[in-house]
Amino acid sequence: MANIELQGLVKTYGKTTAVHGIDLDIADGEFVVLVGPSGCGKSTTLRMIAGLEDISGGTLKIGGEVVNEREPKQRNIAMVFQNYAIYPHLSVAQNIGFGLYTAKLSKADKDQRILATAKTLGMEDLLARRPSELSGGQRQRVAIGRAMVRDPVAFLFDEPLSNLDAQLRSQMRIEIKRLHQRLGTTIVYVTHDQIEAMTMADKIVVMRDGRILQVGTPTELYESPVDVFTARFIGSPSMNLLPGKIAGAALTAPGVAIAGIDAATIASGNVLIGVRPHDLVVGEAGTGLSVSGLVTAVEPLGSETLVHLDIAGTEVIATAPGKVVPKVNTTVIASALPGSLYLFSAADERSLGRL
Amino acid sequence: MTTIATDAIRQPLKFGRIRPGQILIWTLLLLGGLLMVMPILYMFSTSLKTASQVYDLRLIPAAPSFDNYIKVLSDGNFLRWFGNSTFIATTVTLSNVFFDSLVGYTLAKFEFRGRYFIFLAILSTLMIPTEMLVIPWYLMSSQLHWLDSYWGIMFPGMMTAFGTFLMKQFFETVPDDFLEAARIDGLNEFQIWWKVAMPLVAPALSALAIFTFLGNWTAFFWPLIVTTSRELYTLPVGLSSFSDAQDTRWEMIMTGAALATIPTLVVFLVLQRFIVRGVMLAGLKG
Repeated sequence: MANIELQGLVKTYGKTTAVHGIDLDIADGEFVVLVGPSGCGKSTTLRMIAGLEDISGGTLKIGGEVVNEREPKQRNIAMVFQNYAIYPHLSVAQNIGFGLYTAKLSKADKDQRILATAKTLGMEDLLARRPSELSGGQRQRVAIGRAMVRDPVAFLFDEPLSNLDAQLRSQMRIEIKRLHQRLGTTIVYVTHDQIEAMTMADKIVVMRDGRILQVGTPTELYESPVDVFTARFIGSPSMNLLPGKIAGAALTAPGVAIAGIDAATIASGNVLIGVRPHDLVVGEAGTGLSVSGLVTAVEPLGSETLVHLDIAGTEVIATAPGKVVPKVNTTVIASALPGSLYLFSAADERSLGRL
Repeated sequence: MTTIATDAIRQPLKFGRIRPGQILIWTLLLLGGLLMVMPILYMFSTSLKTASQVYDLRLIPAAPSFDNYIKVLSDGNFLRWFGNSTFIATTVTLSNVFFDSLVGYTLAKFEFRGRYFIFLAILSTLMIPTEMLVIPWYLMSSQLHWLDSYWGIMFPGMMTAFGTFLMKQFFETVPDDFLEAARIDGLNEFQIWWKVAMPLVAPALSALAIFTFLGNWTAFFWPLIVTTSRELYTLPVGLSSFSDAQDTRWEMIMTGAALATIPTLVVFLVLQRFIVRGVMLAGLKG
């Protein structure tokens, strides 16, 4: 096990810079998720850690040692790929054992480790099978097994669940998390799915355009996003944004009633008011922020209903308790309590604080 | 009821459901098949005839006999030529499978300056006809003292532009994830090629092996030019020696040719089972 340090890490392809000098400390045993939209540099960063991409600038340390120039095999890390990359011509046992290809162990020792790994993953009955005889989830487990068997200092996961269906994905999420709890090995996990990031990570790194926007625990990112991008990226459904204005202590927004909120701590000017759908509840108007809008669509989820409202031309999502399903084309009121509003500068979209 | 009706529709071989278009297609295919098979049947038929019966074009000989086979096989030269052809075709095939795939893999999976130019240069040699190359080959063989030797027969075919092109195209379909996973698992580049990439292109390797073996087994022109000793003749060159200015012994040529088809059939039957599409995809996303 080891910590991983990224110091000013840069990746350029010709004149294009994919990663702009990022700094990140990953503690020993930590589960870190790099999250962001396609092309944000998260996979490139992971591949630099793996040694599959040359590092154009900066320093990469694993276990305190600079490994910029080391080959992947010399870094003692293991990687699980999006496409599993298990070899179709080999059995499950041979695939798992492939991770020990260069290990100086006797055949008996190798077999023992393969069996132990298979048992950990609940695959001991499938060792003789070929990948074509396995389901998607089983194939992914084989890929994880091949990574585990070597006892690496860190696991790197590159969108490993993208090819699974929703049910299997949620099952595998839990399995990977349990595996991390059991093994305690450092994990760097790349995904574009914020739910995976929120549910699995000790620490989330939000990336965009080759830069790190914010690093924090899932709760920190959810509660204190640094800008509009992070605020909307983390949390599902995405945070609602309404244009507003602060003049002195008064916060106003077209089509929105705001009461009992003192905005004196924030500089006057144009702002974006953020409110999460789960904080904007259909019901009576109260203190805080209240909106009245036409219901354009409803999404009953059982435990609650997502209600899409049209507020002065802006679409907003509110929630209603499970048994309340407002009718489309009716007008409803939704309100959010003081303390649940996120304020962002309209000019640079940076966070101004919460009210 | 619906299920029964659907099943009935799914039986295209019922005569009542044959469409006129299908009859036309089958007839054409049958004629094509006969066109292919007839020379082979005549070859076997002639091999069972005596010299006086050769021009009797009946498919089933009046008095079939295996005397020709006994004669050909008891002639020491035939077995020698058979051995020569086997050795040459096998060696050239192994060489092509190794070198063509090595170069094809390098061109498909490694980024380096001039890669595209090298590929084009290799590809452009496909456009030069063998007849044009024979004189340079001969001069080269002569200067290097390779005339009338196994190496002289084999060297032009030890690596081919077609094989390299074929393998490059197949290696390009191998996802990089497979190779990168092996790289992380600690294999060196040669091991990655040999242990991971090669099994994934087994169908292409089989096709290349079949093409190369058949091409070399039936090679006539270059072996005829480069060899002078009868002991170094390949089978096609040797069989042609049954024909001379005075006489062509068709029954002997056909017997030799019939025997010569056996290894090609064996090679095809052994390797064709590897030509199965979709083997590679099994290891990827389901």
